[in-house]
Amino acid sequence: MPAPETWLHPTPAGLYCVPGQFFIDPPRPVDRALITHGHSDHARPGHGAVLATPETIEIMGVRYGPQSAGRFEAARVGHDIDINGVSVRFVPAGHILGSAQIVLKYGGQRIVVSGDYKRTADPTCAPFEVVPCDVFITEATFALPVFRHERAFDEAQRLVASITRQPERAHLLGVYGLGKCQRMLAHIRETGYDAPIYLHGAMQGLTQLYQRLGYGFGDVRPAAEAAGKDLSGALVVCPPSALQDRWSRRFPDPVTAFASGWMRVRGRVRQRGVELPLIVSDHADWPELIDTIVETGASDVWVTHGRDDALVHQLSLMGRKARALALVGFEDEAD
Amino acid sequence: MRAFAELLDRLSTTQSRNGKLALLKDYLRSAPDPDRGWALAALTDGLPLRVPLRRSLDVLMADKIDPTLYRLSRDYVGDTAETVALLWPDAARPMDASGANDRGPSLSEIVAALDVPAMHVAPVIGSTLDRLDVRGRWAFLKFIGGAARVGVSSGLAKTAVADAFGLAAGDVLEAWHALSPPYAELFAWAEGRAPRPDATGLPIFRPLMLATPIETADWQTLEPSRVAAEWKWDGIRVQIAATQRALRLYSRTGDDISGAFPEIVAAFSGHDVTLDGELLIVRDGVVAPFNDLQQRLNRKAVTQRQRMTHPAHVRLYDILSAAGEDLRQLPFSARRARLETWFAESAPANADLSTEIAFESFDALASLRADARAAGIEGLMLKRKGSPYLAGRVKGHWYKWKRDALTLDCVLMYAQRGSGKRSSFYSDFTFGVWRGTSAGGRELVPVGKAYSGFTDAELRELDRFVRKSTVDSYGPVRAVEPTLVLEVAFDAVQPSSRHKSGVAMRFPRISRIRWDKPAAEADTIENVLALTGAEPASD
Ligand SMILES: [Zn+2]
Ligand SMILES: [Zn+2]
Repeated sequence: MPAPETWLHPTPAGLYCVPGQFFIDPPRPVDRALITHGHSDHARPGHGAVLATPETIEIMGVRYGPQSAGRFEAARVGHDIDINGVSVRFVPAGHILGSAQIVLKYGGQRIVVSGDYKRTADPTCAPFEVVPCDVFITEATFALPVFRHERAFDEAQRLVASITRQPERAHLLGVYGLGKCQRMLAHIRETGYDAPIYLHGAMQGLTQLYQRLGYGFGDVRPAAEAAGKDLSGALVVCPPSALQDRWSRRFPDPVTAFASGWMRVRGRVRQRGVELPLIVSDHADWPELIDTIVETGASDVWVTHGRDDALVHQLSLMGRKARALALVGFEDEAD
Repeated sequence: MRAFAELLDRLSTTQSRNGKLALLKDYLRSAPDPDRGWALAALTDGLPLRVPLRRSLDVLMADKIDPTLYRLSRDYVGDTAETVALLWPDAARPMDASGANDRGPSLSEIVAALDVPAMHVAPVIGSTLDRLDVRGRWAFLKFIGGAARVGVSSGLAKTAVADAFGLAAGDVLEAWHALSPPYAELFAWAEGRAPRPDATGLPIFRPLMLATPIETADWQTLEPSRVAAEWKWDGIRVQIAATQRALRLYSRTGDDISGAFPEIVAAFSGHDVTLDGELLIVRDGVVAPFNDLQQRLNRKAVTQRQRMTHPAHVRLYDILSAAGEDLRQLPFSARRARLETWFAESAPANADLSTEIAFESFDALASLRADARAAGIEGLMLKRKGSPYLAGRVKGHWYKWKRDALTLDCVLMYAQRGSGKRSSFYSDFTFGVWRGTSAGGRELVPVGKAYSGFTDAELRELDRFVRKSTVDSYGPVRAVEPTLVLEVAFDAVQPSSRHKSGVAMRFPRISRIRWDKPAAEADTIENVLALTGAEPASD
């Protein structure tokens, strides 16, 4: 049996499947790309052909335009597709809307490229499914034992409690625009909060896509349309970068909140000057990473996307083979 | 504990002073006794507990986590207490007898439980951590560790007490001297259940008057004949508060440091006076480097031998009260006259008066300042002769005119990773200067270590330089090829047995990166000694 890295390995252009002649989440334009999900460190424009879930294709359409790849092919989730003798299957990853693990079978071996994933409930995407495999390629964004995320619903409740406690102050919630934004909107509505929620311009396109695909977020309005005085006491959702820039100065004495796994560490909270840190992430935390790897039964684990040192060390303590997979050009965009 | 954890958590992320005050006031009004008193102690005087925290946590964590994972975590988080709070397993929350969730121990239960010999402390900390959630664990460790670091000064906490109960801030500060944690009498008075705690006859700390750095625009407002000039000494500002009942030696922040300086206590006991001065080590009339004072400050108790080798001395600047009379409203010149009279009559040992420097013009003063290289002089103080003694750093009365920082060109020798957000960068730099060897060649000897003074962009360049110039590594430390010159600014040089050069810079920071300068042209040990006049230690 060939060693798995002989038929799937990193190259300067991205992770490449040799017999299948395709790349997975390549950072540079290639002839044929399989895309796990729509975050910009995984989905890039300019490929010849793209195979992805229908939702990921929709997301790429909103972000980059319908002409951003030569050809889009929608993968049916859970069904095997043959590409040059390699069997390919997209399986939900639980990360964001449309996110998928890509399961490859070749020469009697199974490799799972998990992309980004999490195990906790998310009302805006299908849950992660465990696929037993020989090689599991895992992300390591939060691969330190200090990272244990809070329940997103509890954190939404903390936000709503703060609004109730300080009704005269606008609350600015910094979130990444794809996935985290819509997930937080859904959880905030689950708490019973029914006032209008205002969206920064950068969040509108993707949120409208979710609405078009059937996800309801109640009364959401563009922040730009509301007069300044209407927004005192309001909840406004914006990109994290807007918390510090001139845009936020229109709100007098706002409470700045930021929903991110990084908010677990106080140094990061201070660094960003966040008043209300919410520890919510769309990535697996430390226990989820370990549990998932164990559940897949993989005898070989390739670690990418984040810090590999602690995870490789932990897996070696558990008697598992693990190594860092240096993926060229990958910089984490979202958390 | 819940309420306290919530308080500490929110204080740590609240930026504005008013926001912090509001949180403190809410807590002080609603929390029960004696918990609120213990919380207040943690933010002001500290708890009356000696907890060997770092050692206890190391013992506890040894059973909980692999050492490599612990180290990686601590490097990333940058704070041991926070790291432990995050790593500690979340226990299923036990139920109490009534079926409600365990709310965790109260602060007073914690204080009582920790009143055990040091060897029994670790298990108490462990079982307390088991009963708390992550925010509670962090707050608990900050509570017993004594360094809350939530941006609340002792003064702000006392202001909150006054505001919360409608008391005058000055009354709270005065009454404070009759109080000790958990301040039951304070809250009884604040809530109208008891009279004001009586501090009569006890030494009182009066907030010090502080100087602001002189700015260009200030000169136009100053006239030489209306300004007194004194040397600014490099010791620590102290207040001697003496009454017939007791004497206390206070640091600038109001900490009682009497225990470390019995000769000062003896020298001023029995007087009724409040004095402002600089605490120094003085041998035969010569002020010793700050480092010598540091060695006395670090001790809780002092030996007879240290009193001989490191004799403490107070150089007096000002008088705030005498024989029960508050002198703070008098102008500086009148207080100075009172100080001189008091000193002549009382003649305390281990003390002298700060000299008033005579000068005709500010230009003449500037040249005096430029020539002053004696150990212990940091610069000049300018005081308006008409100013009363005011609490705190009030602009427009006292100015400090510091000696310019010294700079030297040094060569980067070693680099070490930082912590927290800098954990992925080499950001601690050890540098040296040239020294002749007995064989007739030259070698670099380290003179200091700096981790500030550069921008984020410069840090990235330095980090890149370290990575590509590494010649050796020892654990987290990398030795680099000696090719990069750093211009280092520092306040003084002091003898050091830890450095091979025999000297160490005080407060070094990187002022410029000299990418352009060849390492061979960096400064020599002779340049270092010439700048300071200090003698090298023989090695
Ligand atoms: Zn992602
Ligand atoms: Zn990613």
